[in-house]
Amino acid sequence: MSAIVLLILGLGGMAAGYFFYSRFIADKIYKLDPDFETPAHSMEDGVDFVPTNKFVLWGHHFTSVAGAAPIVGPAIAVIWGWLPAFLWVVFGTIFFAGVHDSGAIWASVRNRAQSVGSLTGEVVGPRARSVFMIVIFLVLLMVNAVFGVVIARLLINNPGAVVPVWGAIAVALVIGQLIYRWKLNLAVVSLLGVVALYALIWVGPSVPIALPETTFGLSANAAWILILFAYAAIASLLPVWVLLQPRDYINGLQLFVGLILLYGAMLIANPTVVAPALNVNVPEGTPPLLPLLFVTIACGAISGFHGLVASGTTSKQLNKETDARFVGYFGAIGEGALALAAILAATAGFASLADWQEVYSKFGAGSLKAFVDGGATILSAGTGIDAAVSATMLTVMAALFAGTTMDTGLRLQRYIFQEWGEIYNVAWMRRPVPATLLAVGACILLAFGAGGADGSGGLLIWPLFGTTNQLLAGLTLLVVTVMLVRLGRPTLYTLVPLVFLLVMTLAALLIQLRGFYEKQDWFLFTLDLVVLVAAVLVTLECTASLRRHKKAREAEVEG
Amino acid sequence: MTLLGNFKRWYRRAGELGAEYYNAPYRSAIARARRDEDDLFMLMVFSETMGIPNPASWYTLELQPLLMERFHDWHQRMGMPHSPLDNFRCC
Repeated sequence: MSAIVLLILGLGGMAAGYFFYSRFIADKIYKLDPDFETPAHSMEDGVDFVPTNKFVLWGHHFTSVAGAAPIVGPAIAVIWGWLPAFLWVVFGTIFFAGVHDSGAIWASVRNRAQSVGSLTGEVVGPRARSVFMIVIFLVLLMVNAVFGVVIARLLINNPGAVVPVWGAIAVALVIGQLIYRWKLNLAVVSLLGVVALYALIWVGPSVPIALPETTFGLSANAAWILILFAYAAIASLLPVWVLLQPRDYINGLQLFVGLILLYGAMLIANPTVVAPALNVNVPEGTPPLLPLLFVTIACGAISGFHGLVASGTTSKQLNKETDARFVGYFGAIGEGALALAAILAATAGFASLADWQEVYSKFGAGSLKAFVDGGATILSAGTGIDAAVSATMLTVMAALFAGTTMDTGLRLQRYIFQEWGEIYNVAWMRRPVPATLLAVGACILLAFGAGGADGSGGLLIWPLFGTTNQLLAGLTLLVVTVMLVRLGRPTLYTLVPLVFLLVMTLAALLIQLRGFYEKQDWFLFTLDLVVLVAAVLVTLECTASLRRHKKAREAEVEG
Repeated sequence: MTLLGNFKRWYRRAGELGAEYYNAPYRSAIARARRDEDDLFMLMVFSETMGIPNPASWYTLELQPLLMERFHDWHQRMGMPHSPLDNFRCC
């Protein structure tokens, strides 16, 4: 099977989804109104609420939601074969993610641009809101712990990437100063930044850096994880313009360049998909495809994290309500395209089936390594760029995604601790440094508590991240569905994804719970139990709230 | 419109969009940081003017790098080529 066929089918399907299905959803279900005064206009303050050009807002929304997750998830899930992952990414993007993301923007815009968290309290009830807060905290905790491990592994597998990955931070620091202090033209600075970044990528393989096997009794993996957490803690305390803003910007530019290069290389090299369509010969210990596929690939098919971005910042900047279709739905397509690239790289970038099977020797082993190795082969074959440089380029791309998400994730987690300090009147917890230490401490506990001295707890809990994330998506869909019930509009298009997600999440959690019990892994068992309780509560809240609103609506119509 | 004119217009528009893309996610964080800085400055100026012992005096030295550029612009606008304060030299 040629990868180009899958590429055309996948991208073509998503494009059709955007042109036809999203139009139907926008016109008939959400009934987006070009004359509705959005909060960006009615509450304009020049700070949070600013009407923003839809292409700019799309870029901002897309780069905010695209992290390492749409690469990691699919690159793990192809262990069941390329077909299930491909179908879930394509159909998930069209029927689940696009509807969810544009719906989250619409719901927020229609409610004074409130975030999904506060909307849940208003639309569903205070209990659902409490569950929501717990779920958000868990998602952030897992993102930080997982991405710490992911970057550490990338740096160990590809020592040539150490210089560009850390050098990117220096580049961001410099361009931040050039823009703010020296007031240089943004276009010139962007060009300088991208050139400097790619120069580092080119230099990287010739100066590989590897940590010693043990440092103070810690493995290289554990040492990198600690270094990364120390960096993220410092980054999250710095003013945003110093590091976070230029780093996100340069990362966004790299994302566009990287995706274009990868897809272009695929079209030129025309690689063959060596992985089986359905892998019946999965390694021992691989969980069942159904339901684990639907939680392993969260971002790239549907992700609750998108709802946080959509209702947190995007909705406050929406110029016209009709832009929600382009920004939300097409933003989801952007991420679907990234996930598709990950699937193709992890299945078509190997010389033979035996090579592929060697990498996918156990569940979770493929992950980013498969994306980097496979993608580099394709990139090198298509563009003629040296194989080592190609591998470094993709490693840097993935590591930068994970890195910027970690920076933001840790900052958000710190805010949660500071908020708790406010609520419970704990003076020291309100201060940034102790709150950051608490956030980092929680992540380290998870990484080393679940993963032992190696600190790899993050990857073990990946499917738990998926379930928690899908729960978050479920809650957002619930808010949208309740709003549709209230307005007397068709609910099928959000209700079906909602029910599907909840069923799959609950089933996955139960299967995992049994696995952790059998392995006597009490740490993950407890974490799984917390998520399971949250999932059950969400399901009960969903049913009760929908019934209540349906009855109220019927009484209104009859009355 | 000439080709050059078109290009200039396109370049200006691209620059505006680029700046918006760069700033959009961080507008509120930057506005907050700026407000905090202004608040501190206000506190210092106000207490100096009213003769109230300045609670921020201890930190003045730490603030020097932050205020340096603004102070330099100020004394130049006031027609003084160099800093008028012996203990606050900027140029």
